[in-house]
Amino acid sequence: MSTIRFTKDHEWIRVEDGRGTVGITDYAQEQLGDVVFVELPEVGATLAQGDEAAVVESVKAASEVYAPVSGQVVERNEALEAEPGTVNESPMDEGWFFVLALADPAELDGLMDSEAYAQYIKDLD
Amino acid sequence: MSADALKTTPLHDLHLALGAKMVPFAGYSMPVHYADGIIAEHRHCRTRAGLFDVSHMGQAFLVARDGADPAAAIERLVPGAIATLKPGRMRYTVLLNDAGGIRDDLMVTRTAEADGRLFLVVNAAVKDADFAHISDALADAAVLERLDDRALLALQGPRAAAVLGEMVPEVCDLVFMQALDASWRGVPLAISRSGYTGEDGFEISLPADAAETFARTLLEHPDVAPIGLGARDSLRLEAGLCLYGHDIDETTTPVEADLVWAIAKSRRERADFPGAAHILKQLAEGPARRRVGIRPGDRTIAREGTPVRDAKGERVIGRVTSGGFGPSIDGPIAMGYVETALAEPGTGLMLEIRGKLRPAAVAALPFVPHRYVR
Repeated sequence: MSTIRFTKDHEWIRVEDGRGTVGITDYAQEQLGDVVFVELPEVGATLAQGDEAAVVESVKAASEVYAPVSGQVVERNEALEAEPGTVNESPMDEGWFFVLALADPAELDGLMDSEAYAQYIKDLD
Repeated sequence: MSADALKTTPLHDLHLALGAKMVPFAGYSMPVHYADGIIAEHRHCRTRAGLFDVSHMGQAFLVARDGADPAAAIERLVPGAIATLKPGRMRYTVLLNDAGGIRDDLMVTRTAEADGRLFLVVNAAVKDADFAHISDALADAAVLERLDDRALLALQGPRAAAVLGEMVPEVCDLVFMQALDASWRGVPLAISRSGYTGEDGFEISLPADAAETFARTLLEHPDVAPIGLGARDSLRLEAGLCLYGHDIDETTTPVEADLVWAIAKSRRERADFPGAAHILKQLAEGPARRRVGIRPGDRTIAREGTPVRDAKGERVIGRVTSGGFGPSIDGPIAMGYVETALAEPGTGLMLEIRGKLRPAAVAALPFVPHRYVR
């Protein structure tokens, strides 16, 4: 059973067995527009919660993607290099960025669940 | 500036109806893209025909006080040959400051009727300053009549001539940088075969109150889609065309900006334009820096302001002035200024992006060949 949590910066993290897959939300990709380049962290990199983890470049601007929780990068989505548009087409699934081995699962408690995030973006508009 | 204070163009309601994302630009609320997004709009314009609202730009007539020809007057402010411009022809030129820096770039058209008027189109962000400057500087010889009640549309792309030709057949007789006056359902149109995309196409000046009907009629054609400022920028960047305030400004001369072709031979001989001494010296000796195209070596985008270093990364030798993703190139492209010794196409460079040095090379402009009909 996986748990999904969201940040105020529009990252999502889906956690299963101590590993969290990270991406950006549909709201974020919609705001960014056409994604043309994604710069991913190195596998093995150690990130603290809130650290700059990746950069997503759209035709409009470059935006940072922050680590939703602390951990070590154990995998990254190499397919985004050739097909960055996957972030637009499938932000919550095939457009994932990297996988973290969580350092402190308790950090998840400070993030929003699906319902809270839905309300959060509703209040932004 | 609050959204309420933004000006709108005559096509504002149409932009909203078409689902545009509106952004502030040069004091106007303008569409940055519509539902399909920037890349799809860019590709549509390169393959079919795109309709742009450029009504925010400044339009004016320059009329000689004696009713004859205002060309000699405006030549005082620009390095282009305007006096020899034939009726129905247009020319790209630049307003210069006394140091030879570029106050703005503009299009000057001698109307087909040769009625003693020149038609000017200047950039939105500086139009008030331009018009004040022209009026004041030429007060003895000419009068500037602002055309604030006119819209300006651009139809660009390989299908533009066929589409506009269905409404205004005579446009098919124009070649690049020619202009004519026409009429469509009683609406007067001033049309030139010109644009800012590198594609064949037209710019159409018309009364504001007829603009929406005219635009909607064009959009009914299956080959035509509306194009926002986002794709306008990527199209002109691929075409190697300068964006005022970014690639050229008061601190860059036409020689540095690789716009030497816009300095007419006859004007060089007369040396009678603002900043002529400095510009002619640069022409003779070569400028210290020059505007070039830059191709990043990977897919990282080099945005405006990115420092440019030599191939070893040791020394900052320039700066990116426009950078983005080129959808037709399917990769990042940029323009910027580099030291002249490093300005030859193929020269290796390093770009400093987010603290990392990334390889790049000077590239010939344009990135995408122009397809003007000459």
